[in-house]
Amino acid sequence: MALDVATIKKDFPILERTVHDKRLVYLDSAASSQKPLSVLRAMDAYYETTNANVHRGVYAIAEEATRLYEKARTDVARFMGAGSAAEVVFTKNVTEAINLVAYSWGRTNLAAGDVVVLTEMEHHANLVPWLALKAERGIEIRYIPVDGQGFLDMTRLDEALDGAKLLGVTSVSNVLGTMNPIPRLAEAAHAAGALILVDGAQHAPHMPLDISALGCDFFGLTGHKMLGPTGIGVLWARADLLEAMPPFLCGGEMIRDVRLDGFSTNDVPWKFEAGTPPIAEAVGLSAAVEYLEALGMDEVREHERSLTAYALDALRGAHPDLVVHGPPAADDRGGVISLQYRDVHPHDLSQVLDQAGVCVRAGHHCAKPLMRRLGVSATARASFSVYNDEADVDVLVSALADADALFSL
Amino acid sequence: MPGLEDLYREIILDHYRSPRNRGELPTPPAHAETGFNPLCGDEITLYVQVDDGRLADVKLTGQGCSISQSSASMMSTAVKGLSVDEARAVIRRFKSMMSIHESRLDGGGEGDGGDEDAEAANVKLGDLEALQGVVKFPVRIKCATLAWNTLTQALDAVGASSQQPPG
Ligand SMILES: Cc1ncc(COP(=O)(O)O)c(C=O)c1O
Repeated sequence: MALDVATIKKDFPILERTVHDKRLVYLDSAASSQKPLSVLRAMDAYYETTNANVHRGVYAIAEEATRLYEKARTDVARFMGAGSAAEVVFTKNVTEAINLVAYSWGRTNLAAGDVVVLTEMEHHANLVPWLALKAERGIEIRYIPVDGQGFLDMTRLDEALDGAKLLGVTSVSNVLGTMNPIPRLAEAAHAAGALILVDGAQHAPHMPLDISALGCDFFGLTGHKMLGPTGIGVLWARADLLEAMPPFLCGGEMIRDVRLDGFSTNDVPWKFEAGTPPIAEAVGLSAAVEYLEALGMDEVREHERSLTAYALDALRGAHPDLVVHGPPAADDRGGVISLQYRDVHPHDLSQVLDQAGVCVRAGHHCAKPLMRRLGVSATARASFSVYNDEADVDVLVSALADADALFSL
Repeated sequence: MPGLEDLYREIILDHYRSPRNRGELPTPPAHAETGFNPLCGDEITLYVQVDDGRLADVKLTGQGCSISQSSASMMSTAVKGLSVDEARAVIRRFKSMMSIHESRLDGGGEGDGGDEDAEAANVKLGDLEALQGVVKFPVRIKCATLAWNTLTQALDAVGASSQQPPG
């Protein structure tokens, strides 16, 4: 069944506010989504009724807090299609999830000359941790190029993967919207003897996720882009990999025993969760995945696909000289539209759109190598979530005309 | 509520549409300095030729939004022909116009808005005053100051190299 967006909008209190006396039209969910009441209420209720540290006290509310925190892990595992909650490590965000892999797995398994394959469309979060390893150890990094339509150029994939230890790739581009063929990439990586790490930041909020079907070894997601709070993300990894990996951050929680001359580590996943974790945030993420599950991820994807198709048509129809980066068809892309509007700089564009109440992101989207590949310094990006509808797109389309009036040469 | 007309004054759009002093200068004798706005990817390369303590020529290349590009263009016309000291005074005056707000936002900041020196206080900014409206749009302040920070770096570099013992 199609999403009932009018009803969904009512679940997001922030959408009732105005900016510059205009209705808020939030088209920046790829940067961070808004949060439904159920998430806000769950976090409030946690602090109001349950707050205590986890995995410590024997008293009732500490036990309840621990149960809620571990329920969040089970909820997220179910949402991801993971075989076991023990494979779900809570982190601060997806950036930390990828850093965890780079520090723990990377520094155990990669030496000078070892090859990591990335793509030209990666977010800095999946570039810089590996570039740091290159600077530190002299690993080699190869890149799968992006073609003129914003797809990964798969023609020389096997060549790029030859001898590689890891393929790191985003599932959905935060700039182009491109949905990469993860199962095929996983197969190619494994055939070459490499592991595959998937940056799922733009996948998890927008389409069905079945970790077992993807065939990946590491998968990261970030709570604040999927209707959840900031401060919580997830690294999913195959249990045997997690078992073999040394801890990343060290301190309380992640230990089994500590002596003055050494320590032994806790079981996975807690081995990777040093210090007091983001408990309220886990409770919020739990409510977020329940909200998404209630909508149905197939329905979410179909809604965003058809809204993207509507937006592409409306934008191109009203503004023929508008350039949209990335795959031409909505079927091939997530709900992300990066625009170039004549000579109007994205900064100026988003400033003008802001006056119409429209929030779009202007900038390099933490993908500077991709910007260079596209030959631009920045783009303006509109991105969709479950609470956006065609009326939101219409406001965007008509506000673009204001920019035209102001900046036309 | 500040409106777009506070930001996009006609003189700003004019410099954006027809930027002055666009181009490059041979280095050496000119000095080139590149500045980035890491937030948005704006980029500017400034060429300054200092002869006998004067900015004999200033040129710039780069890409960015109307605010960063017009600010750069207006800066180039304002400082060309000035002595290095005079140019530094213009920079201080401009930055103080921009930083009053910036330091308030930063909860104190560097506090260089208040104790502006007499020399800079006497500087007339002329057309550059049009950029005053930018302070009402705090995220754009960095766009407006990009060229000016780059000029400071360029003058520092030129000053350092001219202090080398000759030969
Ligand atoms: C594809 C992709 N990867 C990584 C990130 C980083 O997410 P976070 O800042 O939550 O770690 C983002 C979002 O900014 C993203 O879009």
